Amino acid sequence: MSAGILIGYLIRSNGRLIRLADRMVIITILVLLFFMGFTIGRDPLIMGSLPQLGLTALILSVAGVTGSMLLALLVWKLYFRKNR
Amino acid sequence: MKTSLYILIAFVLGLLFGQTALSPGFLINGEPAKYTLYVLMLLVGISIGADHRSLNLIREQGFRLMVLPLVTIVGTFAAIIPVSALLTDVSTGESLAVGAGFGYYSLSGIIITRIHSETLGIIALLANVIREIITLVFAPVMVVWFGKLAPITAAGATSMDTTLPVITAASGREFSVIALAHGIILTIIVPVLVTTILMFFV
Repeated sequence: MSAGILIGYLIRSNGRLIRLADRMVIITILVLLFFMGFTIGRDPLIMGSLPQLGLTALILSVAGVTGSMLLALLVWKLYFRKNR
Repeated sequence: MKTSLYILIAFVLGLLFGQTALSPGFLINGEPAKYTLYVLMLLVGISIGADHRSLNLIREQGFRLMVLPLVTIVGTFAAIIPVSALLTDVSTGESLAVGAGFGYYSLSGIIITRIHSETLGIIALLANVIREIITLVFAPVMVVWFGKLAPITAAGATSMDTTLPVITAASGREFSVIALAHGIILTIIVPVLVTTILMFFV
């Protein structure tokens, strides 16, 4: 990734190359998610436990969102509003 | 939005294809996926390095920009640690790795699948998709209950693109730069933090 950041910095003025890189990112993500779906689809054990995994995922994301919003509220009250 | 749809379709196609009997053997051992991940990390690096917005923002605002991403990271982890104690199927370290995706579901799901396990990878994928959806749906309510910074921290890494329109609509135009910077910084941090947590805390 560091090598990529350096390359990106060097080609930053070349709009065509940058757009190409951005499009390649999306394509590779699509390919990788296809692989991921593929491995999961092959595994009946994981397919069977999808509802349970989904519940765990829901609990973790609600916790994460709530936690960051509570801290954001604190920072908002202490810092941002005073400066306005 | 369109990209998210394509991502979902690619994943579901993979699911269906995996269930058919004609799965080619070379896909199963995970070698192609490993090298594709290296290519992806290089490409993500290129887009970050080439994005002059990030450089300019860091140059102009400096350390102040780090405050809100830090709030998101600390807030997320502070809530996940106690909650993970109640969950039986994931450890605290694994839960933190999932949380460290901050909505960047494609990348975090892929990284966790490759260096940890498929099960945790799918939890990360789902949890981070849900984080994005929660923000898209509840941004107006978040502003009322938790202040104008709330939708930005809730969005995590997505505050630079997919959720930016609902954030500016809910919090106001003047927050778009803060949201953009927050998203860019978290996008850079996600791959590093997820990998670090999996290496040292799981």
